[in-house]
Amino acid sequence: MSSVMPRAGDPAITPALVAEHGLTKQEYERLVAMLGRAPTFTELGIISALWSEHCSYKHSRPVLKTLPTQAPYVLQGPGENAGVISIGDGLAIAFKIESHNHPSAVEPYQGAATGVGGILRDVFTMGARPIAMLNSLRFGSLDSSRVRYLFAGVVKGVGDYGNCVGIPTVAGEIVFDKSYETNPLVNAMCVGLLHEDDLIRAKAEGIGNPIIAVGARTGRDGIHGASFASEDLSEASDAKRPRIQVGDPFTEKLLLEASLELIKSGHIVAIQDMGAAGLTSSSAEMAERGDVGVTIDVTKVPTRESGMSPYEILLSESQERMLVVAKKGHENAVAEILTKWDLTAAVIGEVIAEPVYRVTEGSTVVAEFPGSRLVTDCPSYSPDARESDAIKALRAADPFAIAELREEKDPLWTLERLLSSPTIASKAWAYRQYDSTVRTNTVIGPGGDAAVLRIRGTNKAIAVKTDCNGRYVYLDPRVGGRIAVAEAARNVACTGARPMAITNCLNFGNPTRPEVFYQFREAVAGMGEACRALGTPVTGGNVSLYNESPGRAVYPTPVIGMVGLIDDLAHITRATFQRDDDAVLLLGEMRSELGGSEYLATIHDEVLGAPPACDLDREKAVIDALLESIRAGLVSSAHDCSDGGLGIALAECCIADRENAAGADIDLSAWQDIPNRAILFSETQARIVVSTSAPERMLEIVKKAGVPCSRIGTVRRNSEHLTIKLPDSVLKAPLARLARAFHDAIPAIMSRTPEHTTFDELTQVAAH
Amino acid sequence: MKFGVVTFPGSNCDYDAFHAVTEILGEEAVYLWHKDHDLQGSDVIILPGGFSYGDYLRAGAIARFSPIMQEVIAHAKSGAPVIAICNGFQIACEAGLLPGALMRNANLQFISAQLIVRVETADTLFTNRYERGDLLRIPVAHGEGRYVAAPDVLDALEGDGRVVFRYADAMGNLTPDANPNGSERSIAGIVSDGGNVLGMMPHPERACTTLVGSSDGVRLLESILARVEA
Repeated sequence: MSSVMPRAGDPAITPALVAEHGLTKQEYERLVAMLGRAPTFTELGIISALWSEHCSYKHSRPVLKTLPTQAPYVLQGPGENAGVISIGDGLAIAFKIESHNHPSAVEPYQGAATGVGGILRDVFTMGARPIAMLNSLRFGSLDSSRVRYLFAGVVKGVGDYGNCVGIPTVAGEIVFDKSYETNPLVNAMCVGLLHEDDLIRAKAEGIGNPIIAVGARTGRDGIHGASFASEDLSEASDAKRPRIQVGDPFTEKLLLEASLELIKSGHIVAIQDMGAAGLTSSSAEMAERGDVGVTIDVTKVPTRESGMSPYEILLSESQERMLVVAKKGHENAVAEILTKWDLTAAVIGEVIAEPVYRVTEGSTVVAEFPGSRLVTDCPSYSPDARESDAIKALRAADPFAIAELREEKDPLWTLERLLSSPTIASKAWAYRQYDSTVRTNTVIGPGGDAAVLRIRGTNKAIAVKTDCNGRYVYLDPRVGGRIAVAEAARNVACTGARPMAITNCLNFGNPTRPEVFYQFREAVAGMGEACRALGTPVTGGNVSLYNESPGRAVYPTPVIGMVGLIDDLAHITRATFQRDDDAVLLLGEMRSELGGSEYLATIHDEVLGAPPACDLDREKAVIDALLESIRAGLVSSAHDCSDGGLGIALAECCIADRENAAGADIDLSAWQDIPNRAILFSETQARIVVSTSAPERMLEIVKKAGVPCSRIGTVRRNSEHLTIKLPDSVLKAPLARLARAFHDAIPAIMSRTPEHTTFDELTQVAAH
Repeated sequence: MKFGVVTFPGSNCDYDAFHAVTEILGEEAVYLWHKDHDLQGSDVIILPGGFSYGDYLRAGAIARFSPIMQEVIAHAKSGAPVIAICNGFQIACEAGLLPGALMRNANLQFISAQLIVRVETADTLFTNRYERGDLLRIPVAHGEGRYVAAPDVLDALEGDGRVVFRYADAMGNLTPDANPNGSERSIAGIVSDGGNVLGMMPHPERACTTLVGSSDGVRLLESILARVEA
């Protein structure tokens, strides 16, 4: 061990400074015990970042361990930059989702853009070429101009970054709910394609191998971003704007090409993004995975400005940087590839046998930790968990005790209101700003149940989707966790894909509050149950806690990113009605379940009741029966029945593809004992609306699988109406009105003047 | 026939153009590196879409100074074919191969959509396999695609039959709604004075198989073959 002396000019280590770094007294004592002495300022900064919730998962790790992670086709489970599954033919898919919530709450454009950049790097550092981006976004009510500013800024940030790098943004979800008013959720998912042989892991190996910093120079931006992400948002958060990173997608594109070339070249043994907690966490994590020591000289790190301290260089979150472990003697070859792409490469350290994490400034040691388990030697907590009595009471409330509004006598009124509610309405306003067709693999782009991308050189395709209904998780975290997985699986199945595996982004509040930790524990348990039942293991993900603003946590929102595999391009299935005279079938049951529904939230401004039941065996049976029917060539269209219930699902089948709208005659009069509003708007799970030209054969398959199935009507391509016969009335809905409600709602809100549809105007207003 | 697809730093449709040529057209293609001075004997040059140099400063403004552009300009001046798509169109305008300029979209937003473009003339190197008035479904994806030029330049383009594509609605009408970016006179694509340089904002290389939405771009590539081989 070397001697570590405080650096001239560093502040003294005081209890106040320790607290400012987010360490508790016990954590500080643990650090002192680990070092056998008081830390230097640099060491305190390193530990502050590594032991932040964002990097250490200290509150979530024990719970996450309960999730299933195995399947024969899983090549890489949790613990790497991204999960990887085999899809046969020597090909594999790498995918991961990650949050960028806090930065986006303060600076939506850069926050979202750098979220996209970070997740892209996580995927291409596995040796995969990114082929698709998804994003799962949640905001408050669009009635607020601040929310419109956040929404417009995030969408532009997502679009500008992905568009420039040239990765299509193909799917995702956008939800609006007051719960997310000041703490929006911005989760970005990236999907990449690789040859199994090219899979590379971020594991430092080979004593004497050089550690090389690659890509952009290190600046003073984003210092302590990881810690910022690990505390509640408050009015003081705006003052932490300098902790937000700034993205440069052009450099990212060069870095992407250079990294893939490096990996192919065989000159390197490991590569990792310098993401949260920058150089510190990337070097510590790579050392830990390889069970080796490392030494890094900060004076060798290319910086953007002079006079940066070791503390700043180690904790900077400047974007578009990579840390590479190269083979000894191959330094020049690495530099040559980087030079080709106009990027810099600098040897900044070395893999060493001595089990130590050492940082020097020239010849002076400024930080040194014993052992190579700096990351996992962090504390781990199992906080108290207790359900909130208030939520328990909400769940027990009877939705049917809420009287129908007078206007609801006309179900068309309700249907139109729901179709135009921003959570249900078309999100084309957003995704028209995303290049969804570059790389020419997009078979089904944004707006479908899931996106479908062909895999060149094969007859296969993959389906990808993100999903979560936070309202369900809020009302019943166990059931909500199950539904998040089940619905994502159903979505990919509707396109003809077998659900394969998930990544997850767990957005919750402050885990030290027992009612929040209860939600976390229960939701993860529910997810685990669903993953086991549906055979979709977890290959990785991200936890984002402390999503709170003064007084209130966001809805617990465990976003699921699902990947499915389509074995034959002929099986690709769309959501909207395709052919005249097809029979319309409802797979699944009709039940009276309005708890937690979009109907209650939109029409009555109420969030209460038990969310719909989730029978996982049934979910599996429905998915299997659907896929069997699709493979038998019987299915013309398949659409998941979810937010807004059957009424909305049917309307979407008719008008979601506005240029090819189709009418339908539907008869739901058989359900005499269920109230109209429950027939139309119950969000009963495990249901799919299918159109088929071979209803008898399909009914046979579905019934054999033990799934209830009803023939509920006929597609009328030339009809101008969606007609639904109810037990006591007939709803005759003109397609033009439904289409207007669905397609024009968000553009109309976003063009509310004078409050700014464009980002430039919006930022000016926000500055005031 | 050999196609050379230029890769600038930040090009991201080079791959799509390359594959349209090799997989769909069945012709030879090579990538041309921006730092080189060698067109490798290419008969047709494609300046692909993307964000060359991040579109920093102004779309296409830096790429036009790339070493390879000296050869591309000479190739064009010799009357040989150049297809300039999206960012390539912006670069070609900056390089003086085509008149006019591409400004930010009228609504100041990036626009990604499958649109309809109307073929204005079948009498070009690039459109002889179409009929005048054909409506093609081709994706656009750009933030700076609003074509502008001085009125006399626009008049000359129209007078010479050099306006090749315009944005139209499903009936073939030129309407403000069908014009995604506010381009003057709904112009989506033009050819150079000599007729050998095509600039267009829509992406024909993304419309080469119905599996991904449309194959209406294939005939554009076939037109070049037909004319050159004839």
